[in-house]
Amino acid sequence: MDQRDASVPTISRIGPFRASIATFGALIGSGFRRYATYRQATIAGTFTNIVFGFLRCYVLLAVAATAAGQRPAGYTAEQLATYVWVGQGLLAVIGLWGWTELADRIRSGDIAADLLRPVPPLAGFLAADLGRALHGMLTRFAPPLLAGAVFFPLHTPTRWQTVPLFAVSVVLAVVISFGCRFVVNASAYWLQDARGPITLWTLSAGVLGGLYFPLRLLPVELTVALWVATPLPSLLQTPLDVIAERDGPALQAGLVALQVVWAVLILALGALVQRRAERRLVVQGG
Amino acid sequence: MGELRAYAALGAAQVRSATAYRTSFVVELFANMGATVFDVLAVLVLFRATPALGGFSLAEAMLITGLSAAGFTLADFAVGNVDHLKSLVRAGTLDAVLVRPLGALPQLLLMDLPIRKALRVVFGFAVLGLAVAANDIDWTPARVLLLVVAPVAAAVFFGSIFVSSASLAFWWVDSGEVGAAFTYGGRDFTSYPMSVFGGWFRGLFAYALGFAFVAYQPALALLGVPDPLGLPAWSGFLSPLVALGAAAFAAGVWRAGIRHYRSTGS
Repeated sequence: MDQRDASVPTISRIGPFRASIATFGALIGSGFRRYATYRQATIAGTFTNIVFGFLRCYVLLAVAATAAGQRPAGYTAEQLATYVWVGQGLLAVIGLWGWTELADRIRSGDIAADLLRPVPPLAGFLAADLGRALHGMLTRFAPPLLAGAVFFPLHTPTRWQTVPLFAVSVVLAVVISFGCRFVVNASAYWLQDARGPITLWTLSAGVLGGLYFPLRLLPVELTVALWVATPLPSLLQTPLDVIAERDGPALQAGLVALQVVWAVLILALGALVQRRAERRLVVQGG
Repeated sequence: MGELRAYAALGAAQVRSATAYRTSFVVELFANMGATVFDVLAVLVLFRATPALGGFSLAEAMLITGLSAAGFTLADFAVGNVDHLKSLVRAGTLDAVLVRPLGALPQLLLMDLPIRKALRVVFGFAVLGLAVAANDIDWTPARVLLLVVAPVAAAVFFGSIFVSSASLAFWWVDSGEVGAAFTYGGRDFTSYPMSVFGGWFRGLFAYALGFAFVAYQPALALLGVPDPLGLPAWSGFLSPLVALGAAAFAAGVWRAGIRHYRSTGS
């Protein structure tokens, strides 16, 4: 047994605030270690990210070759290549797909054990997800970017603030992605089987998040509406537009500010849904 | 006869379990169709920015996308859930399948028959139909035959890719997403003209693995357009042969995998 597992402080002399910070940190660490266990799956996932990177990159470059002014939706060919390859690297960090833990625990009744813990489910799952994202950042981000840089000319950021802004944008995207997945999974409190909503999420997050093609290719009004009315473009499109320097510094910062709004909104919604659910929850199982 | 009744019972049980949670089932039915709808919309969106993709017009590209979508959705409906093999191998629960007096592969397929994917098959063929109508095709008996055979061959090809990539789990339990690079990656790859891709990547996927013969070459043969990459006009008619080759390969890999399976130790 790892000794650290038993040392999560919940009641301590060091004050409640520092104790909850320590607990949150310990949960992030455990989330990180959990994903660090699956080394072969990490390699397998990276391979797939790179194959899809080649696919999407070639398609978008073919569009750029014949587009008006060779700048489809205002991106140069280099910016498009950066968009694709950074996107493939971020995919595992943001973690759009495959998280059904909460829905599974509601379905099986295991959620009862989570409700007994001194950490609310939203905070507990968020910490674990941040640990997962940290692991993704350290292992899954660089290889696709490297593959892209070897085979395609990429756009190098020219403004000093682009990279720090990108880092902030990625953290916000992880939080928004988690919040969305939490709410989607929480539909299992009412539906028992959340597979439908989860499929719907998987679908819309990929297309309307900006993974399959940059959303700027859509009509302007539609792009703006998506950005303002849904959290989806804040998942991938914003960090990718920031690193590809698609817009000027002011608009870049504005898009990240919009992410802050969505992060707060979606976490508040998650907390509200959880409170409502706890009031009507009937634990499954006998 | 008894065997068929057993398979029918397995299938019927799936229908009952899928429809037990109605709301979720209906949402899934449409969400699954949505996946294919979005694949097709993605091609339309790209054509907003450019008049031609890899030298092909929108209508011509749609024929390629339609052939690919029809073949893929049919294969995904029939054998796509062989994906679950890796969790059965990991847990050792494949034993339960192997001790029953029925074929292992048909059992696996019927154990989770994805009825939720039925609607997208309809959509895939609808796209193909619209694309055929949108193009001015000079119909000959050979082309009519090709239009009937090509989606079936594409489905056999994708089905073989599903089975071979799932079989990887027999040797490499943690193969995880590697299979998706060839199944879903193959679907995306075949949705576009091969002239879009370049270098060794095209050589590997299009010709070494045979993905060019799923939708691109048959579409060229239907349209009567010469291949900008230089393959002769009749190569579109090779698609059933390529599909049979892939099926033979998949069958070999599957048999070898079943023989290699040793269950888990605990």
